[in-house]
Amino acid sequence: MATVEYAGKSFEVDEDGFLQRFEDWCPEWVDYVKESEGIKELTEGHQKVIDFLQDYYKKNGIAPMVRILSKVTGYKLKQIYELFPSGPGKGACKMAGLPKPTGCV
Amino acid sequence: MAKHPTPMLDELEKGPWPSFVSDIKQEAEARAKNEKGLDYQIPVDCPEDLLGVLELTYHDQETHWKHGGIVGVFGYGGGVIGRYCDQPQQFPGVAHFHTVRVNQPSGKYYTTDYLRSICDLWDLRGSGLTNMHGSTGDIVLLGTTTPQLEEIFYELTHNLNTDLGGSGSNLRTPAACLGKSRCEYACYDSQLLCHTLTNEYQDELHRPAFPYKFKFKFDACPNGCVAAIARSDFSVIGMWKDDIKIDQEKVKAYVGGEFAPNAGAHSGRDWGKFDIEAEVVDRCPTSCMSWDGSTLKIDNSECVRCMHCINVMPRALKIGDETGASICCGAKAPILDGAQMGSLLVPFIPVEEPFDEIKEVIENIWDWWMEEGKNRERLGETMKRMGFQKLLEVTGIDAIPQHVSEPRNNPYIFFKEEEVPGGWTRDIADYRSRHQR
Repeated sequence: MATVEYAGKSFEVDEDGFLQRFEDWCPEWVDYVKESEGIKELTEGHQKVIDFLQDYYKKNGIAPMVRILSKVTGYKLKQIYELFPSGPGKGACKMAGLPKPTGCV
Repeated sequence: MAKHPTPMLDELEKGPWPSFVSDIKQEAEARAKNEKGLDYQIPVDCPEDLLGVLELTYHDQETHWKHGGIVGVFGYGGGVIGRYCDQPQQFPGVAHFHTVRVNQPSGKYYTTDYLRSICDLWDLRGSGLTNMHGSTGDIVLLGTTTPQLEEIFYELTHNLNTDLGGSGSNLRTPAACLGKSRCEYACYDSQLLCHTLTNEYQDELHRPAFPYKFKFKFDACPNGCVAAIARSDFSVIGMWKDDIKIDQEKVKAYVGGEFAPNAGAHSGRDWGKFDIEAEVVDRCPTSCMSWDGSTLKIDNSECVRCMHCINVMPRALKIGDETGASICCGAKAPILDGAQMGSLLVPFIPVEEPFDEIKEVIENIWDWWMEEGKNRERLGETMKRMGFQKLLEVTGIDAIPQHVSEPRNNPYIFFKEEEVPGGWTRDIADYRSRHQR
């Protein structure tokens, strides 16, 4: 496992750049990841998605289905891809510090 | 000299069948020689390290790929299957070994020019190894590194005018039998329908929005050469409504031995003289055929279009003229609640451009399943959980006997409240006025 140093913090990540521990998440992480996820400037929209993913994960122990993410944030899938070019899984979940999506992907 | 000794894999170079081991070794050698002077973008010994890790796997009888892997290209939520070796120091050539799914042409017809250009791209930016094709249909480019993914995608789309295939909880790459391109049984243009719907639903294919994966497959007749009924959530299977066309002279030619039955498919063994009674008439599942020594008759009203007689005597018997397709839904592999094949939803639907009738069925099903389907629940499982009746309701299809192989034999029958005089709201006191406690 690799360790990333950024803005005085250190993060343990896997090959795909996902945080190993949700508890390690901090705002600096988002700042560090955003470029590799094709995001120049962090907007309110990004923050809204990240906040919801984290709330949902804390309450339910899993990431929400895409449909639920859309419903709660009010963003259609198209808008989510405009915010996070690699999509809700690789983009938004990674930035929110959630575990890597699994299954037949 | 090979990089890793592979005594067990070497055994698989023996025998008559084309050896994948010999082929990979050949590619490894070609990369080592590099006669074209390519500036290889991933380790030159990638195929050798693949053989090495495979030999280790043969020895340990355990896989040496780490769990999962999430990589991709911007704009898409799928198309690339990330993979990392769990012994990267020993096999650095396959530390990253991602698979790229590339959308194939319907029916998999190619020109050498096109395949050469794919190979040129993959030689430079990948392992040089492929799978032609994945079982869903994609061209599979087997093994590359993360930094090459966007490069490959750029060249695919800009130079080869080719897109990625699907992966994840979305519409996977559709596939069709070769249909009207070279089959006289084809009841509709399965390649055209496959191509059209692939284009129509690009969004659903590239950006996962479904509860789980969803597959289309298109068979142009019930022979099922792309196995739509077993391997797609939404199977379109060619069908005809009118009569089988019989050429009596050619039937006699079969009986006389001039034409080989099944187009000679059983010529490897002596099955005796063709016996139309035993091999066709008596094998008809509905016994709707008769042969009086000079004329073959078919009671088409009883024919279930199983294809057997047409398959046996293709020169004499032809599909009808009023063609279309049936739609079956819900096929899936065993996980979670058992294997399913497609269940008949639409017995007959016209298949004509722009295919609006078929799109309507698809979109009605998606509207329902996207809302009601649970996380990682295939359509077939949603049908099981919520009932076939629900599928009929959301697609606006009336129940008909053709929807079942047999009626239910348990009496746990639900009624809608509005169907029952008086409804469900009853007063126990009123009941007691007639029935003492």
